[in-house]
Amino acid sequence: MMILYFLIGCSIVMALIFLAAFFWSLKDGQQDDMVTPGIRVLFDDEISPSSDDDKISDKNHFSA
Amino acid sequence: MEVLKAITCYHCGEEISSIDLLYDQKHFCCAGCKSVYQILSENNLCAYYTYNDTPGSRLNENTHLAYLDEPTIVTQLIDYKDEENTIITFYIPSIHCSSCIWLLEHLYKIDPAIFSSRIDFLKKEVTIGFKHQDITLRNLVQTLIHIGYEPAVNLQDVTKENTNSVNKSLILKIAIAGFCMGNVMLFSFPAYFGLSSLEKQFQDLFAWLNLVFTIPVVFYCAKDYFISAITSLKHKHVNLDTPLALIIAVLFLRTVFSVLFTNDAGFADTLTGLVFLLLMGKWVKQRTYHHISFDRDYRSYFPIAITTLKEGIEKPVAINELAIGDRLWIRNGELVPADSILMKGDAWMDMSFVTGEIEPKQKVLGEIIYAGGKQIGESIEIEVVKLASQSYLTSLWNKEHYKCKTTQNFNDSIAKYFSLVVFLIAFSAMGYWFVNQNTYKAWAAFTAVIIVACPCVLALSTPFTLSAILSVFDKKGFYVKNTDAVEQLAHCDAIVFDKTGTLSTAENARVNFLGILTAEENKLVVSLLNHSSHPLSRQIVKSLNCSHFYPISKYIETAGKGISGLVNNKMVYAGSERILPFEIETKQKSGVHVVIDDTYKGTFCVEQQWRTGLSTLISILQKQFKLKVLSGDTNKDEQALRTFFVPQTIFQFEQSPHQKLDSVLAQQKNGEKVMMIGDGLNDAGALKQSDFGIALTDNINNFTPGCDAILKGSSLLYLPNFYQLSKDGLKIIKISFAIAISYNCIGVYYAVQGTLYPLVAAILMPISTITIISFTTIATRFFAHRNKLI
Repeated sequence: MMILYFLIGCSIVMALIFLAAFFWSLKDGQQDDMVTPGIRVLFDDEISPSSDDDKISDKNHFSA
Repeated sequence: MEVLKAITCYHCGEEISSIDLLYDQKHFCCAGCKSVYQILSENNLCAYYTYNDTPGSRLNENTHLAYLDEPTIVTQLIDYKDEENTIITFYIPSIHCSSCIWLLEHLYKIDPAIFSSRIDFLKKEVTIGFKHQDITLRNLVQTLIHIGYEPAVNLQDVTKENTNSVNKSLILKIAIAGFCMGNVMLFSFPAYFGLSSLEKQFQDLFAWLNLVFTIPVVFYCAKDYFISAITSLKHKHVNLDTPLALIIAVLFLRTVFSVLFTNDAGFADTLTGLVFLLLMGKWVKQRTYHHISFDRDYRSYFPIAITTLKEGIEKPVAINELAIGDRLWIRNGELVPADSILMKGDAWMDMSFVTGEIEPKQKVLGEIIYAGGKQIGESIEIEVVKLASQSYLTSLWNKEHYKCKTTQNFNDSIAKYFSLVVFLIAFSAMGYWFVNQNTYKAWAAFTAVIIVACPCVLALSTPFTLSAILSVFDKKGFYVKNTDAVEQLAHCDAIVFDKTGTLSTAENARVNFLGILTAEENKLVVSLLNHSSHPLSRQIVKSLNCSHFYPISKYIETAGKGISGLVNNKMVYAGSERILPFEIETKQKSGVHVVIDDTYKGTFCVEQQWRTGLSTLISILQKQFKLKVLSGDTNKDEQALRTFFVPQTIFQFEQSPHQKLDSVLAQQKNGEKVMMIGDGLNDAGALKQSDFGIALTDNINNFTPGCDAILKGSSLLYLPNFYQLSKDGLKIIKISFAIAISYNCIGVYYAVQGTLYPLVAAILMPISTITIISFTTIATRFFAHRNKLI
């Protein structure tokens, strides 16, 4: 049962790492704006209408 | 079957009525919209139009940006600057859809000197980084204006204060409390189910670990409760934080004691859970609207800088650097930032923001012009006689008596009695066991009573109920500042209305023509008015609904006076009396007079329209409230207004902003709880002084003075329902208090006997909390439904 002492220690260290990760994200401003990143991710990559080759390769890329 | 569809502008979506500009086979309503499209298409940014239909907004008139070249003003605006880069954050009111985000984050395509731009959608802010050697701040703002996103730069930006950090530290505390609670629960769980002999060896370790986890919770997370309790005791009164701090202290001491001496688990689980829940309640209470500002004052109405004249040379100066004796150059549509004397020019002041009067007033040379007036007409020269911060209008915000507006809420008023009863029980239990010669039980009973009779539920039910109400209000277009304000609303018993913009609305004004116009003359007038961008002209053109136009020549627009032009070989004048070629005799002083070929044809009158459903609203409110109307305008509408109200209602006209404030103050001295509903800067003092100030607006992004709540004009009809729900909210809080008391009675029954085991406390507290939170949520929904708000 002595292994439990080690495991308890591990669990606390793991939890502390997650807490530290949360602090980091808070300080970094990740929690400041919860709306815009969700919209931003929906924007397509640039498709320039002038060069048709790009368009085709883009399409292939998505369908593949 | 073909569906007939009106042609709308490709950029802004407005219906194309008169001018139809074609470019790239697309329709545009004005040159502004077309030019935005041109800029975007030249820079390959037309994806802007693919994310949303007609995402653009109309361009405003020109604004003067010379002040953005002044280094002293610029340094106040920017966030960061080094040798190469500058970072600045703008508030842009016209941000409204995903296309806006896309375009503003692709600014680098328009100008490579802009290297980054990030949007915060809810706050409508864009943070732009640019190389200031390649593009000046002024050019940057110009670029933004060209694509239809004019930043609102006003005086409040310079004096912005950061409220975000307060919230961040609370989230930090919640995170730590939650972390500690989770771990403590994990280590307490084995004890809940009873320990086998094998596990006994861990008991010590678990107890010590729990103690270690409670230390940051007590000394960091719960710090504010101790501070608040001590300060309130110093002022010799008891608030809700006092018993809470006591409980936290008692729980902690008992835990330390049992870990050190009795090898027991103690109350670590209850303690960490309690602090976590309390902080959650606090967080719910602090949640506010990021996108709406409730604390706007004159500073957000005033521009940041104004043009001064020094020895004939124009120079922009920041408004807080103006000195008495400075000469200012005020252009058409600009605000007078400080009380001044007119030195040169023909001043026509639109004082609607200050006094509520709609008609512009002429000022003669040497006359004093109060800050807040807007010049309509030619540029004028004025001399400052009072500093901007001490002007007549701004002194509304500097009055002393606002400070006394501290009312006790239900929680704090009951906390006193609650604490008293708890102490009485605790001490009598302790006394009983002392008499019975059981010192250990005496202390156990004393601490247990204090622990179990926790007003934690009180601290939670209020924020949860009121914030649930807040979000119901929010869906109906009623934005209340915070949860305390909802309680204020429930206590109101008198309502004071402003007239212009509150009871009446400018949006759907009715245009009447006094006189006779033939169809042909009609066409002449519309052709002329079509060229003017003045709001009155646009309203008249809209109402006349004419689709064919004559070409026009010799068009002259005199700002503040009117327009004239040669239409179909006939000279047409439209505007105020001052533009007409001869004196006319008419009863109608205001309005747009029309003269065609030297004959007076009549006058367009724009009548204020009362808000729809006003009479029903007033008749409902009259049953519950004492009503009063305060107007800055003349009493010309008194007859019409009287028909809505009962005869004994008090009407006061031609009230200055200060008189409005004093009137509210007088009512409050009579013991009335006043709700003030107004819209403009002229109501700002009264709104602030009233117990519950509602700023009414048709567009929540428009300027609204400081207030407790912002109400959309279309939701005014729901006002009685809002009031009723806030009253029901207080009822819910009281019922949940009764539920909590009954839980407490069970706990106290065990506690006085000195047999409260940590497990009982650890179960009882979350159960009562869950009951209360679910009760408040369900009850709020029920009442909201009954009040027809969901």
